[in-house]
Amino acid sequence: MTLWDLFWGFFVANVLGYGGGPASIPLMQEEIVNHYGWLTNEQFADVLAVGNALPGPIATKIAAFVGYQVDGWAGFAAAILATVVPSAVALIVLLRILNHYRQSNVVRGMTLMVQPVIAVMMLLLTWEMGKVSIGSIGIWQSVGIAGVSLWALTKGKMHPALVIVAAFVYGGLVLSSSMA
Amino acid sequence: MAGRQGSYQELLLAMVRTGILGYGGGPSVIPLIRYEAVTRYSWMEDDEFGEILALGNALPGPIAPKMAAYLGYHQKGVPGAITAVLAHIMPTSVAMVALLGLLYALRHSPVVAGMIAAVRPVIAVMLGQMTYEFAERAWKGLGKVFGIAFGILAFLLLSVLNIHPGIVVAVFLAYGTVHLSAVVKRNSSHADKKGASS
Repeated sequence: MTLWDLFWGFFVANVLGYGGGPASIPLMQEEIVNHYGWLTNEQFADVLAVGNALPGPIATKIAAFVGYQVDGWAGFAAAILATVVPSAVALIVLLRILNHYRQSNVVRGMTLMVQPVIAVMMLLLTWEMGKVSIGSIGIWQSVGIAGVSLWALTKGKMHPALVIVAAFVYGGLVLSSSMA
Repeated sequence: MAGRQGSYQELLLAMVRTGILGYGGGPSVIPLIRYEAVTRYSWMEDDEFGEILALGNALPGPIAPKMAAYLGYHQKGVPGAITAVLAHIMPTSVAMVALLGLLYALRHSPVVAGMIAAVRPVIAVMLGQMTYEFAERAWKGLGKVFGIAFGILAFLLLSVLNIHPGIVVAVFLAYGTVHLSAVVKRNSSHADKKGASS
């Protein structure tokens, strides 16, 4: 039953995620945290942190960890299968048909219309993760780190993985003293 | 122009390389995959790669594994597709389990707790950036008026009425199938009226 839940949860989150892996992040959070309760929001934030520090597609990394956490290597396999196989098979099987409809208003309209929903879900998730951060290190540290990292990512053009590593170092050196 | 036939070894190497060198998800890894498929191994021409990428983007789900699956299938059929996808995602999937496992095992150390805590605001910032990117795509693709209107509608459905996101996405997708034709029809009927009155 758990394996089926894993498969179904990740299948739904990815089959609705138009716009690549990142579009599936808020849909996965909905299944993982809100629906099945496999992780808390805090743990989901950790998964995103480590996921963004490692290379490779984000959706499969999240699936790999959550699947493993919930049901060991069988869960790992089930979650990854559900994430990758449906869309990969669809691309191979539908290639000819899709080629015909790619420029059609139907397919373009579907892809476009999902964007505002994903944007709003992403906004809500940003809010949730902001609350998680304030809950763990307070408003001033949160705003300070957020400000510096926003500057580093946009103006400083720093690589996201480096920003995460820098935050790890800062936390290990500075915040560790305030952690009980 | 079918391109040359690759070997399993090439497929494996190309997909492991793109899997562990592609930082930052889909958009950053696509040029690396293109380099392997078109420039390094000449499996296909640039045009064909671009076409498959466009088709891949019209489907849901993560883009890089989809491209890996297609390239593998293109070279070696179904076993090739499986080889390519596994080579692409396995190294980092296993690393993810190992690294998070380690992090959780050491969770009670104040240093690790501090490290985890310090990354949380960074994650919020990165999600904020992604929010901006999706909002921009909605805004540019649908136009300002529709972009904002559908954004507000999505917010009401998701956050005020608490409807399951899967249902909201499905409804928007269903409407998306007719949206562009409806807009085109409306605009052209406006244009007709204008044409008739002038």
